[in-house]
Amino acid sequence: MAAGVAAWLPFARAAAIGWMPVANCPMPLAPTEKNKRQDELIILNVSGRRFQTWRTTLERYPDTLLGSTEKEFFFNEDTKEYFFDRDPEVFRCILNFYRTGKLHYPRYECISAYDEELAFYGILPEIIGDCCYEEYKDRKRENAERLMDDNDSENNQEGSMPSLSFRQTMWRAFENPHTSTLALVFYYVTGFFIAVSVITNVVETVPCGTVPGNKELPCGERYAVAFFCLDTACVMIFTVEYLLRLFAAPSRYRFIRSVMSIIDVVAIMPYYIGLVMTNNEDVSGAFVTLRVFRVFRIFKFSRHSQGLRILGYTLKSCASELGFLLFSLTMAIIIFATVMFYAEKGSSASKFTSIPASFWYTIVTMTTLGYGDMVPKTIAGKIFGSICSLSGVLVIALPVPVIVSNFSRIYHQNQRADKRRAQKKARLARIRVAKTGSSNAYLHSKRNGLLNEALELTGSTEEEQHMTKGTSLIESQHHHLLHCLEKTTVSTNTIPPPRPGLCAWHGLPMDKVPTECSEVALGQAHPVPGVCQRGWF
Amino acid sequence: MEMATVRHRPEALELLEAQSKFTKKELQILYRGFKNECPSGVVNEETFKEIYSQFFPQGDSTTYAHFLFNAFDTDHNGSVSFEDFVMGLSILLRGTVQEKLNWAFNLYDINKDGYITKEEMLDIMKAIYDMMGKCTYPVLKEDAPRQHVETFFQKMDKNKDGVVTIDEFIESCQKDENIMRSMQLFENVI
Repeated sequence: MAAGVAAWLPFARAAAIGWMPVANCPMPLAPTEKNKRQDELIILNVSGRRFQTWRTTLERYPDTLLGSTEKEFFFNEDTKEYFFDRDPEVFRCILNFYRTGKLHYPRYECISAYDEELAFYGILPEIIGDCCYEEYKDRKRENAERLMDDNDSENNQEGSMPSLSFRQTMWRAFENPHTSTLALVFYYVTGFFIAVSVITNVVETVPCGTVPGNKELPCGERYAVAFFCLDTACVMIFTVEYLLRLFAAPSRYRFIRSVMSIIDVVAIMPYYIGLVMTNNEDVSGAFVTLRVFRVFRIFKFSRHSQGLRILGYTLKSCASELGFLLFSLTMAIIIFATVMFYAEKGSSASKFTSIPASFWYTIVTMTTLGYGDMVPKTIAGKIFGSICSLSGVLVIALPVPVIVSNFSRIYHQNQRADKRRAQKKARLARIRVAKTGSSNAYLHSKRNGLLNEALELTGSTEEEQHMTKGTSLIESQHHHLLHCLEKTTVSTNTIPPPRPGLCAWHGLPMDKVPTECSEVALGQAHPVPGVCQRGWF
Repeated sequence: MEMATVRHRPEALELLEAQSKFTKKELQILYRGFKNECPSGVVNEETFKEIYSQFFPQGDSTTYAHFLFNAFDTDHNGSVSFEDFVMGLSILLRGTVQEKLNWAFNLYDINKDGYITKEEMLDIMKAIYDMMGKCTYPVLKEDAPRQHVETFFQKMDKNKDGVVTIDEFIESCQKDENIMRSMQLFENVI
């Protein structure tokens, strides 16, 4: 029940008079407020700053320090005020929580100081309102990461880790090169060899020197053996690395399916296929094509570069925007190519031999490249060509900033949405756990109440005091209200007399009595198995 | 929608004290709670239903809250101001038994024509049973409200003409010990 709504409980109870003429059975007696005091102002002195509030405001949350009798420990007899030697700034937020029912987290406050204050006053951080909860969780996470980093660096300096298996240490070494010097060495060595391999592929094709016969040879053919050795060395290193990763992976199946491992395989396959294939005329063409795949070795760098990984991920998540860009470009290209083709059809020796041939012109013009290998000669062609280049600027320049801003927006949004969803579930679960505490209190008092009824309660104050000992006054009044509603609507059938071995409340054998009915706030919930609520067994 | 900016200041404290049977201190406590929940000074039906449903989480209390709202909104202008609230509570908590029974009759008489018909009573009964919700044991039967209405009419309708007038109602209630006793139940709520 919200704090403010507790103030309306008297109204709800008064309105219950509307049920009275309708009820068939007598109503239960109301809980009396023993020594009912007039509401008084209490002074809270927090490090010299005085706060004043009504006593009932604080008693809205009886499970916190200020709402319970725990604050009596801080009562100063001489000055008749409650003195707390704590931060007055944070106390302002905490007192507002009692007043409004919403706990806010001020941005200027340090997260750990705030947490400490909340713990001191017995307030769960999960109660922070939605307006401030995200900020609070973000700061908390940053703080936790910082603590973890500190701990990690401490642990690294210490040296010994809890015993991991050899396989697990290897996997850790592969994933985080900073864990040990061996891993770091491995990281740099593989990086070096990737670079060597890529440079080799590039230099292979550079013409170096002539051979008698005035033929320019590329270096790859001139120093064929050297390049072959380099290639072999690189591929061996890559193969060894791949096999080691495969061995160390915690889930081999998942590792094989991952993108990085596919890149690894594609990088080394051409070499092995080349070994296997002989120098046939038919397949040499295919063999040459395979060599192209060696360039994929450059993607192995993405293990070494966080930026590449982020780029790959954001491209994947911006697929729809890129698709839209592609689609609109294709539309424009087709339109202008058609127009140019028909415009240039009349001119002689025109390069615009077909619409697909005009595609090249359109693309080159729209991206403002303008190679000049195809130019329109007719006036109509020139007019449409200029329209094409002007619109090209627009068509390309418009979606690109959108995509760029989408990158950052989608990237951050994805992270935040997942975070918020996970947080919300965990939060609600925790609040539910804390709340069942209060509904359990109701069941408890209901049990006591029923026992009293079985004994023909005549308003003796002892039982009542016993009943209200564990619950606050507001709770017991609320329970009384619900009890009156029960009485108004209970069927006039009497409960059948108890049969031995069966619970009178359910008519079920004692071992089959269910344990929980969490939806029911009323005492109709099922009791603890083995103990009948009626107290007859 | 002007609901957001509707503001209402209640009558002066002395005036309210004279009109109702509450003391100044009690009025202060009442107003503080009222103003906390409704800063604009009036309660409209939606807010009223929301507040009332917080006390009965296991069932559906919107219908009964609707009837209750109409009982409090004596001038039928669609909103309950603090004066209406105080007047209603004054009757319920500090009024004579006659006044309380009058108020209850007014609640049951949905169309305010001076007669409670079986249909009106059935509506009220269903609303009350709705508040109980579905998780009860023994499970309330479908026609439990109807049976309850029959019992009620048997008790209240003296001349068996199918409607209950205010006099029949007050007379029958005064004869019933249980009802008389339960009317005094909430004397010390404030």
